[in-house]
Amino acid sequence: MSDSHHEHYENLSDKQKNRTIWSVIMASSLGTLIEWYDFYIFGSLAVVLATKFFPADNPTAAFLSTLATFAAGFVVRPFGALFFGRLGDLIGRKYTFLVTLLIMGFSTFLIGCIPSYETIGFMAPVLVLILRLLQGLALGGEYGGAATYVAEYAQPHRRGYWTSWIQTTATAGLFISLIVILITKTSLSAEEFDTWGWRVPFWISILMVVVSYFIRKNMKESPLFAKAKSEGKTSTNPLKESFGNRFNFKFVLLALFGAAMGQGVIWYTGQFYAMSFMQKVMNIDTTQVDSLMALALFLGTPFFVFFGWLSDKVGRKAVMMTGMLVAILAYRPIYSAMFNSIDIAKKEVAAGGITESRTVKVHDKVATDSLITFHKEIAYTDGTLLKKDSIVHWSAAGPVMKDGKAEEPKVSKSIKISDDTKWYLVLLVFIQVIFVTMVYGPIAAFLVEMFPVRIRYTSMSLPYHIGNGVFGGLLPAVATYLVTTGKDAGHAGWYLEGLWYPIGVAAVCLVIGLVYIKNKNQNIHD
Amino acid sequence: MDGLKKILGIVWILLALVVLYFGLTVMGIPKLTSGKQEDLVFGIIIVFILLPIVSGGLGVFGYYALSGDYSEEKL
Repeated sequence: MSDSHHEHYENLSDKQKNRTIWSVIMASSLGTLIEWYDFYIFGSLAVVLATKFFPADNPTAAFLSTLATFAAGFVVRPFGALFFGRLGDLIGRKYTFLVTLLIMGFSTFLIGCIPSYETIGFMAPVLVLILRLLQGLALGGEYGGAATYVAEYAQPHRRGYWTSWIQTTATAGLFISLIVILITKTSLSAEEFDTWGWRVPFWISILMVVVSYFIRKNMKESPLFAKAKSEGKTSTNPLKESFGNRFNFKFVLLALFGAAMGQGVIWYTGQFYAMSFMQKVMNIDTTQVDSLMALALFLGTPFFVFFGWLSDKVGRKAVMMTGMLVAILAYRPIYSAMFNSIDIAKKEVAAGGITESRTVKVHDKVATDSLITFHKEIAYTDGTLLKKDSIVHWSAAGPVMKDGKAEEPKVSKSIKISDDTKWYLVLLVFIQVIFVTMVYGPIAAFLVEMFPVRIRYTSMSLPYHIGNGVFGGLLPAVATYLVTTGKDAGHAGWYLEGLWYPIGVAAVCLVIGLVYIKNKNQNIHD
Repeated sequence: MDGLKKILGIVWILLALVVLYFGLTVMGIPKLTSGKQEDLVFGIIIVFILLPIVSGGLGVFGYYALSGDYSEEKL
């Protein structure tokens, strides 16, 4: 049956193949998009989840929180790539990425159902951690399956174009997660969202998973894998063949150091570091950051398909390496322009634009103490609004002392930017998303073409998830460390120090890619 | 080009050693010994996952490059 499926597919006209591949892409992309959505919803709601499951004043819960944050990306994703990659090369692509979809969907749904720490105590963070690890495992197995499946259906001269649709899903998943959160937040009061509304984005996942499951269930196995299986040419030990065989392993290393690691840091810089930079370094209002990020991602997403298509014409290497080069050269000027776009010192305060207030409330944990909030708002003529809160802890005997001195007030700052600045920042983030689309658009086709059908799922999944999950996932922590060190050392451009990590990693990757990778696209039928 | 690939192999091996040294002394060991639990997780990930992948992987890549595994005729 498998071989007849391959022969039947090969005998179709180009028009019929196009029709088949659209249904393949729809089924694959929808599932992959949902998996990315599920993965990001956890990150996007991390602040709320922390209050519900990981109270900061409890060290064990905080420890579990850190574990959930790092382990899902660093450890479990590559492990999922190995585990499901092996399954995909042994039993087939279709069933494997059906399983990953279900694991991801149910894990996400269940996170939305777990009672809070206040209700069930330590079971709450433990359950969240387990489900988060399952999410990482599923994500590790999903992408390689979807990319391989689509690539094995695609005509060789259009493989970059067809697989680029899968490449849109990661950004689209992030975009949809931001939109769902924005809609949920704006439809509910702040209190409702905090009490139960944060669970809605998790519950929505199950609806999408059910739809995607039934679409995927009716798909056939990839024609190339079906043919290999019917001819008895599939691998009996994909892990050993991929990583124990020097000939194959050198390509795994080349895929990682010559493409995937650079792609990983550029992907994270353009989509996550930009967001965190605006929130934490520039102190821009988080809702504004969410909306301007969503807009930039929406505008940039079609370029994944454009650069995938272009890679069929001029070669994958040319497109990806150009993307890396321009990103390396442009990051510092772009982030400098972002930072300077809200230079408060150069703005003019509006007439009567300064308001101040003071509120006092009883301390949550010490009934005899008070928290005094000094709130200050400054409105500027261009529409910018600066809000500043200084919270002072006051005991019955006066200010709370620490190390013989009055405790420092906790200061928080939030800037609501003007429309002009918002559009300017959308443009600057959009440019970074273009870099992402250049390196990420063609990479599925590039990785698929590097490995033979019998070990493709295993071999391509690992470098991708190490590049994206480990090199990319490490970016926030390393960048924060570099920014803090630069600030403490008094560097004038401290806010740009975090960029040395993506610039350095991408530069090494660029040199390796330019020297060692061939520009000619490979034929995966050979 | 094959000559350049081999020479760069030495660079990758040296880079792997530099990353290993700075990864351990600047980030890994200070995080492991800071006494904070969140640093401990981060330190474990750096020392036992990231550094073996980066240094080990880059070192093996450099060795393969130096051995001529990436020469035109073998790719």
